[in-house]
Parts: sequence; C-alpha cells; structure tokens
Amino acid sequence: MKPVPFAYVRAESVEHAVETLHEHGDEAKVLAGGQSLVPALNMRLARPSVLVDLNRVEGLDGLDQVNGSIRVGALVRQAAAERAEPVRKRCPLLAEVLPLVGHVVTRNRGTIGGSIAHADAAAELPLALVALGGDVITSRRTIPAEAFFVTHFTTSLEPDELVVATTWPGNREGEGSAVEEFAVRHGDFALASAACRLRVANGRVAEARLAVGSVTDRPELMDTQDLVGTEIDAEIAREVGAAAAQAVDPPPNLHGSPAYRRALVATLVKRALTRAWERAAS
Amino acid sequence: MIPVELTVNGRTYREEVEPRLLLSDFLRHTLGLTGTHVGCEHGVCGACTIRLDGAAVRSCLLLAVQADGSAIETVEGLAANGELHQLQDAFREHHALQCGFCTSGILMAATELIERSKRPTRGEIVDMLSGHLCRCTGYEPIVDAIEQVAGHS
Repeated sequence: MKPVPFAYVRAESVEHAVETLHEHGDEAKVLAGGQSLVPALNMRLARPSVLVDLNRVEGLDGLDQVNGSIRVGALVRQAAAERAEPVRKRCPLLAEVLPLVGHVVTRNRGTIGGSIAHADAAAELPLALVALGGDVITSRRTIPAEAFFVTHFTTSLEPDELVVATTWPGNREGEGSAVEEFAVRHGDFALASAACRLRVANGRVAEARLAVGSVTDRPELMDTQDLVGTEIDAEIAREVGAAAAQAVDPPPNLHGSPAYRRALVATLVKRALTRAWERAAS
Repeated sequence: MIPVELTVNGRTYREEVEPRLLLSDFLRHTLGLTGTHVGCEHGVCGACTIRLDGAAVRSCLLLAVQADGSAIETVEGLAANGELHQLQDAFREHHALQCGFCTSGILMAATELIERSKRPTRGEIVDMLSGHLCRCTGYEPIVDAIEQVAGHS
C-alpha cells in the first residue's frame, strides 16, 4: 500500500507542466487534487515514473462568469466551487451535483479539472458537464464535453495536453435542470445516474439535454429530439426513462445486475426530467 | 530526497523526504506523531484526516513533498495546556469512541465543520461523518457529541 518510487516535478506554470509531459510522454502523470490518483498510486494500480504536481501553478484557481457561463479553473477545489455564489446562483446543476461527489473531506482537496480529466464513468462532474453541454479548455484548444470523454479513464487529451479550465453554461430564462443518482452509500460510486437540462418556452420544451452516467463507459448523451415541443407529464417522463434504459447496456457489478441497473436508469431519468421540467416551468 | 519545511501544531520541522512518502507516514514515522491513524490508505476510512492550511484533508492522499511550506494541525494539537478541546470533552461525555481508531480523523473534520458552519445541523454533521468509518459506536453518540459542541460555540 505504498506508491512505487517516482520523480516529482513541481510545475511552475502550465507551460512547464506541458513541457515536462512532452518530455516524458506516457511515463508521466499529472497530480491535481490526488483524490483518485493517489489511491491508485498507493494500490500500485498506477506506476508513473514522473509525477507532475500542478498544485503550485498560479492562475488555475479562478472562477469567473464569462458570456453567461461559469469558467472554472482546473485547480478549483470541489468544496470551493460548492460554496461559490456564482455557482449557486448561475449554475444550479453544478451546485446540485457537487455534494454528491465523494465526501466533504475529499471535496476539500479534489479539483473540478482533476475529476473531469480522470474521466471515471461513474463520476458526477463529467455527467453534469455533458448534460449541460459545457466545454473543456485545454492548454491548446477547446473541446466540447461530449467529444472529451472517450471511454473508461480515457479522454481525447493528448499525452502532453493539460486541462486548464472547464466552462459550465449558466441557467437562462425558462431553464431548469436536475440530477439524480443511486449509490449504495452516500459518497460511493453511483450504480446509475442521470442529469437533465431543459429550456421551456410558451409552456413547451424548447431545448432538452439528457445524459445518463455510471452504466456505460462514459456519460451518454440521449437523443431528445422528440421531446422538443412537448409538455412533460408523467406518461412522457416514464416513456423517456424507458427509452433511456433500452439505449444503454450496463454490465453487472457487485451491487446490481444489468436488468436492475436498467431499471434504475428508467426511474432516475424519469425523476430528473420531471424535476427539470418543474423547475423550468416555475 | 527533497527538503521540506512545514509547521505541525505550530512547531516548525525541516526534513528530507522521498517523493513517494505519504504525508500520513511522514507525520507518523518521520515526526513520530502517531495520533494520526492510518486505516485503509486509499481515502475511504477517514482515520488519517488532518488540517492542511485549515482544510480538513486525507493525509494518506497527499505526498509529504506537497505539504512543503504549509501549516498542519493534527489531533495532538487539539488539547491546550493540559485541557482537552471541548470536542474531545464532548466525545468522552457522550461515549463517542470505544477503540478510538477513527476518533482523531473525525475530530479534525469536526473542528473544521464547526468553524465553517458555526451551527451545523444534525443532517450536516451526518453528511460530514459519511466520510468516516467507525465500527464501534454506531455513529449516534458521535453526532450527539458534535451537535452539543456546535450548539454552544
């Protein structure tokens, strides 16, 4: 339960971190909050020969409102984002999802950018970013969330590319959002999760985004074209939930069979859609 | 080996560490401060929780080199002048510990909760405790103890 020996580089800037990653390629790992990486090091599931510590890099801990979105620096701690007024006021989905991430003490150290770059298929922040249609800003480009997550622990980042920020679209007029998950204990990895963002105009759905998490290898964006123009009622919410359950193929795990996890998807999608609708309509 | 300088409970330490040395092992083995306990060593049990520049964090998920220049508080720093911290007193009064393995981590997380929330609700206390495993008490006495101190601070 101790990490293998590695070289430690305290990055002084984004450029310094990128140079170090470029030099060492796959042998290097980026250390942000360490709440996923250090357990993997301790259990020797990860054996990097170089660790690039971002924690002293300046300028990565800003939280700013930009064009109706919230730009969250990669090193912003999850607990800091949870308490930030712009997040609570302008991006209720992010505010709602953060308390579901780990525990108070792990959120004190865990970062928003780290959770996104780690890309655990059961993590809440990637699910919320996909549901909202946010972006990942890297050291060289901007990547839409749904193109960022590729599969388990795998993103479209190049080996020498660094996440520097994420942008979270803020709530607009007539919008509502909601997240639902089921975990055996609070703070555990969810067996299934769902997040929804709706915009309602003239009493009908004008735009809809719905993502399902934990049940496949990445957050899955569902087809919501048929929702536009409808008024969400119990029947439609149930149908959308049933369709989402059929669209995914969850593997069995210790706590649930594929059929059980599908049933969870149906229920969680129904609830998320209903709550997002109620919030958008109010 | 990398030089680090930090304060623990107000006292300054200068040591040389291997990059892979966990902060929890640095505290226990290098400095001999064994009040911080190591349970799971992968961030699940919460026994190793300390305060790093005020924030309650898992010391098993930090490298000692990362703590260079920081101020750390551990359970050894809670009692002052031979007097137990009011949380420690409340834990004794409510029988909020039996074997004591989880206690130091919970105390450090609880001091942060009370400072931050002033008067945390029972729900907030339970939420904080979800990150700490205790196999003796069933948690209720721990919630009672923290609630008592939170109500009076």
